[in-house]
Amino acid sequence: MAVAAKRIETAPRVEARGVSLRAGLVAAAFLLVALVVGLAVGVTDIGLGAIFRSALSYVPGVHVHQSLSATDHTIVWQLRAPRVALAALVGGMLAIAGASYQGVFRNPLCDPYLLGVAGGAGLGATLAIIYASTSGTTWTVPLASFGGAIAAVAVTYALGRSVGAAHMTGALVLAGVTMATFTAAVQTFIQQRHPDRLQTIYSWLLGGFNLSTWHDVGLCAPYIALSAVVLFLHRRVLDVLSVGDDEAASLGINVARARLTIVVAATLGTAAAVSVSGLIAFVGIIVPHLIRLLVSTSYRAVIPLSFLAGAGFLVLADVAARTLFSGAEEPIGVITAFLGAPFFAVVLRTSRSMR
Amino acid sequence: MHRTAFAFLVALAVALVTLSFSAAAPARQARTYHRIISLSPTITEDLFKIGAGDRVIAVDQDSSYPASAPRTNLSGYTPNVESIAGYHPDLVLISYNPQGFAGKLRDLGIKVVMEPAAQDLTQAYSEIYGLGQLTGHQITAASVVHWMKRRMTEIVASVPPLRRHLRVYHELDQTYYSATSNTFIGSIYKRFGFTNIADGPGQAAHTQYPQLSNEYIVAANPQIIVLADTKCCGQNAATVAARPGWGGIRAVVRHRVVGVSDDIASRWGPRIVVFAKAVAAIAKPH
Repeated sequence: MAVAAKRIETAPRVEARGVSLRAGLVAAAFLLVALVVGLAVGVTDIGLGAIFRSALSYVPGVHVHQSLSATDHTIVWQLRAPRVALAALVGGMLAIAGASYQGVFRNPLCDPYLLGVAGGAGLGATLAIIYASTSGTTWTVPLASFGGAIAAVAVTYALGRSVGAAHMTGALVLAGVTMATFTAAVQTFIQQRHPDRLQTIYSWLLGGFNLSTWHDVGLCAPYIALSAVVLFLHRRVLDVLSVGDDEAASLGINVARARLTIVVAATLGTAAAVSVSGLIAFVGIIVPHLIRLLVSTSYRAVIPLSFLAGAGFLVLADVAARTLFSGAEEPIGVITAFLGAPFFAVVLRTSRSMR
Repeated sequence: MHRTAFAFLVALAVALVTLSFSAAAPARQARTYHRIISLSPTITEDLFKIGAGDRVIAVDQDSSYPASAPRTNLSGYTPNVESIAGYHPDLVLISYNPQGFAGKLRDLGIKVVMEPAAQDLTQAYSEIYGLGQLTGHQITAASVVHWMKRRMTEIVASVPPLRRHLRVYHELDQTYYSATSNTFIGSIYKRFGFTNIADGPGQAAHTQYPQLSNEYIVAANPQIIVLADTKCCGQNAATVAARPGWGGIRAVVRHRVVGVSDDIASRWGPRIVVFAKAVAAIAKPH
């Protein structure tokens, strides 16, 4: 493996720079600012200083008088903070999953929902919302959508694999489209039988963090952490895979195994993210491409920077979702899609130069 | 002498009433319908309340009340013209007209009357009157409306004036969709004089049914919470109290969280009186 890694570094077509310290610091600062804005901005006016003192009072050994009222304390630490944390985790995850899929499938328009994650999760969530919302717990919908997402991708993978290794990349994408169409049909069929639950289902499908709790953070964080670590460790392999299977194989990489590992990791993380946030569109496309445009096309830069920038982007999108209409929530998927669709069009036009 | 005169007057009155009824009967018969289909749960409730239930041959799948209504697989949301026509109705009553299906029924010679979702009690009353006319039950329809008006006045009056300015949060589902004062259900709260916390966000987002932000609800600190998601989503006072951050909300602390039937709270029929009574009970001093 060490030999392979050394060879990859000298691969002729991978000339792009890795992550520079400056780019890393800028991305980290962006995320930090987003987190602070996320905590400080809301429909209730709460001073940043009071929030800061309140945060310090949680640090062991630091004795600071915190001046937040009981209600403000609840709002900041029980309502806003889990939202911010979850938006950061989900945004980061979707961004690196999108980047990884784009590398593995060598298609700049791939998103994290490529292999049927969205359809499967949507179907699982719809079933849970309709049939288990009275008997279930707050974990029922996340678990059902997670299960649906994993099941859908497993079927997609089995379908794609059946055509043989030679055409697997293209077959997987087609199988994913098939799976997405099929699950969407079943999901629509079920929701049409229950028009009284339409609002709740659409609200879930469009995604959001209005109901986020620390439980949700705890539920998805392990999967996202695992997935992010695996993808981070494969950033050099992604560089080579994005050039071509033959080139990767000639450098000693087991292409099939590497691709499977990356797809499984990205899917697991995406499914966990989707299960607690619904279907948030375009993060997985906008963020990696921005990094490619601004910093480098190398996955050594794209993976870590996408995580930081994706996290910051979704935290800010969530701030917009909860403050645009003072007190009324706008589904976050509407905001990311509103920003993402024009960007998608630009990427589409310039995609040849972005591979 | 007095007794004879009294008997004569009574006989005259009875004769007059009988005459007027028999004279009116043929005219009314010509305008009434006997094979009615209702594709709206509210219309179904109205029809049975005014005594026209025996003319109803089929109701849609969501018409869950009264239990004696002939419930079928017909849908008011995704209606199928052929299956409706298969019942050979002479009148189809709807409150929603997706893809202009009413026009297709009319092409088949079937009378279709639309009674849309009422915006307030006045419209709800006039729909009941209208149904009375269509079914020849004007008198019972009028008495149902009279009874509703009287009960609503009594129920509102039962809440002391000092408690008529409470902040109310009406929950449609557990993702915090709510209804503003411009909706039918909101108009009931308005009658009590309550402040609806959904009004501000609804106005900002230009919708009658805004999805409220969790933070906004906690900050608005409602004094009454009415849960219209008991049936769909299993919500109750205990599940509300268990929501992170909701333990300090005034309504939760003072035990003024009430669950109502989702069906009653989403319809504009006579059972709205039951809803108003439940709201009044939670608003009164303990």
